[in-house]
This record gives sequence, C-alpha cells and structure tokens, in this order.
Amino acid sequence: MPTLRELRRRIRTVRSISQITRAMEAVSASKMRRAQEMTLASRPYSQKAWEVLVHLAHQAEASALLHPLLEVRPVRQVMLLLITADRGLCGAYNDNVIRLAFRFAAVSRAPVSFLTVGRKGRDAVARVRGALVADFSPMPRWPRFADVRPIARLAMEEFLKGSVDEIYIAYTDFINTMIQRPRVRRLLPLRLTQGYEPAVPEAVERLDTRAVANKTFIYEPDPAQLLDVILPRFVELQVYQAVLESLASEHSARMVAMRNATENAENLIYTLTLSYNKARQQSITSEMLDIAGGAEAMRQAARAQIQARLRVGAGR
Amino acid sequence: MSPMRLEIVTQERALFSGDVDMVVAPGAEGELGILPGHAPLLTVLGVGPLLARRGSEELWFAIHGGFMEVTPEKVIVLADVAERAEEIDIARAEEARQRAEQVLKERPPGVDLNAALAALRRSRVRLEVARRRRIRREGSTG
Repeated sequence: MPTLRELRRRIRTVRSISQITRAMEAVSASKMRRAQEMTLASRPYSQKAWEVLVHLAHQAEASALLHPLLEVRPVRQVMLLLITADRGLCGAYNDNVIRLAFRFAAVSRAPVSFLTVGRKGRDAVARVRGALVADFSPMPRWPRFADVRPIARLAMEEFLKGSVDEIYIAYTDFINTMIQRPRVRRLLPLRLTQGYEPAVPEAVERLDTRAVANKTFIYEPDPAQLLDVILPRFVELQVYQAVLESLASEHSARMVAMRNATENAENLIYTLTLSYNKARQQSITSEMLDIAGGAEAMRQAARAQIQARLRVGAGR
Repeated sequence: MSPMRLEIVTQERALFSGDVDMVVAPGAEGELGILPGHAPLLTVLGVGPLLARRGSEELWFAIHGGFMEVTPEKVIVLADVAERAEEIDIARAEEARQRAEQVLKERPPGVDLNAALAALRRSRVRLEVARRRRIRREGSTG
C-alpha cells in the first residue's frame, strides 16, 4: 500500500503529464491543418501539369516514348524513397510506413537501396543494415518546394545514370484525421498511360475530352523539349506532395496519440484519486480508532483508579 | 472583346485567378503578348515580368521559369516561382542584386558564377516588377 504522500505525488505527476499531452494535441491539430492546406495548395499545379503532360505525350508519341524519364528497362536495381518523421510520439505512424517499405523490399525481385527523408526511416534502414544511398534528414518543419527539390533531383540523376532502373516512393497518404494509409508508389519511370494513379483522379477524366478537342496546338519550342521542361518538374512535384501528405499524416497521428495519452492520464488520475481517498479514509479511521481506543483505555484506567480508591475506603 | 481567364499557379500555391483583357508573358524566346482568342499554345517560360491588364488596371508579377498553356479563353501559367508585385521586398531584392553583382565582379574562387548570374537576373526582375507597380500607383494617384 503506497503512502498518502506517494499517492499525492503520483497524482500531481500524472496531472501535469495530461496537461502537456493536451497541449501537444492542440498543437498537432493546428499543424495538421496547416500541412493539409499546403497539400491542397499544390493540387492546382499538379492537376494542370498532369493534364499537359498526358496531352504532350499524346501529341508527340514518338518523342514521349523516347524520353529518358519514361524509359522502362529490365529491373536490376530498385531504389525506394522512404518518407518518415524526424520525431516520435506519433503512435504507429513511423512503424507502419517503415514496415510497408521493408515488406516491399522483401518481395522485390531486384535488390533495393534506400533514400530516406526523416530520421526514423534512416535509423530503421541503418538498423537492418540496408543499403542507404542518401539521407535528407532533418527536413525543415515546413518544407518548401525548394527543400524537397534536391531529393527528386538526386532520384532522377540516379535513374538517368542507370544505376537504378525503378524508383518507388513509400509515404503515408492522409485520408482523414482518423485514417492515414502508408503506400508505395512508383515514381520512375513515369507512367503516362494507364495504371498510374494521379494525385487528383478527376484530372484524367477531363483530359480525355481535351486531348481530342485540341489538335492544333502551337509548341514553343517543340513538344519533345517541352516534355523535357515539364517532366522533371512533375517528378519533383510528386515527391513534394508525398512529403506534404506524410507531414499531414504525421501530425494527425500525433494528435490522436496525444489524445489517447490524455485520456489514459485522466483514467489514471481517477484510479489514483480513488485509492488516495481510500487510503486517507483508512488513515482517518485508524486514527479515530486509536483515539477511541486511547480514550477507552484512559477511561478504564480512571475507573480502575476510582474503584481502587473505593476499595481502599471500604477496607478502612 | 470578352475577357479571358488568367491563372497563375506554382507548386506551392495558386497565386492568381481572374479575368483579364491582355497578358504579356516572359516566354523563353522573348516576350509574348496574348489577347483573348489566341491560338492554342504551349510554351516554356523564362525569367521576367508578367503583365496582366484588366481595364485600366495593370497587374504585375515576377515569373521565374516554368511553362504556360494558352487556349482561346484561358491562360494558365505554371511557374517555378511567382510573386505579385506587392509581395516583393524591394530592400531585399536590392541587396541580392548588389551581392550578385559583387560576386560577378570579384569572381572569388569556389563560387558558382552561374548561380550568381541567375540570382542577378532574379533580383533584377523583382526590382523591375516592384518599380513598375510603384510608377503605376504614383501615376494614378497624382
């Protein structure tokens, strides 16, 4: 049975923990909203760029097929871009995407090397002694496009050099506050035809009508060179959006984790308070018993004295 | 003439969307004037000021590379970096310009001259855009 003082101390500790976790929940909630807004803000560009890309690929079929970033090669080496958080305390968020990445690597027929964004992913790859090509941790708290660009550049460089034949990206899709889904998606070679899942599905539908309607575009310079300008930007954007989706997921995972922590702390405070009150009650009871017992003993002693005195008197 | 829609977006945000009467854009191979009803065009953009005219109003933007799609009723600019004239910090742009000029003059070893050149070009465009807006404003109020 813990002492009263001990219980009091524990209640105080748990209460201050719950205050911290509640504050962290609020902070994560606002960060999540901001990350979400950033993701949304990048969509008009990606939607448009995707439309233009597919349009170009249709117009300049020969050159599109020849563009090095679209080239499908026999796969001898695969690279996986793993996006995680720099920090923990966000539930299973990091573990989920890391586990998915490792499962991907396990079933891949070609050897997989890693490119990591986020300390947690880097440490995980290092722990299993995976082939780490480069690490981009830590990311700024609010990554700008310019911060993410070098990652995509490096990936494209490796691909164009021929040192890897396919590049995938493992990140966490932000579906809503409660659901974040880790995913692996192919980044390179870029798929402009079917099978590719654009960030904004409706872009594809609109595109089909357009590709037919506009046959007489002027291109400056020519379509192949335009493709040369647009393709790398699109790849960069894919990475940027994956980073932002992951960021929103991280903050919402942390928010939920902190909410659970706050609830647990409150439950703990409840049970601790209960046993504190019990202990206090008990100590009061035993004190009262002590006092009552003492009083009783004193009364008996006094009575005994009187009787003794009476006995003495009677004897006289 | 009926106006056309102008949209300026970057990877990070949608910067502008609205109806305008004319656009002058910094094409990779020179300035490009676009009026409503322009033939469909897809082009690479360079670094330079972009002017959009709406009635007697002039809107200035600094555009740093990207590409643009033109259809008869719509102009869509997908810029790498784009700023409204009123967002530009003149003091900072001026500072950047001086720094770049100094680097180009002194040519200290180990410094990327191309980067300095690009920085110089960027800061010049920013200053130009900011200046045009100021002239415009003083002209209209005075």
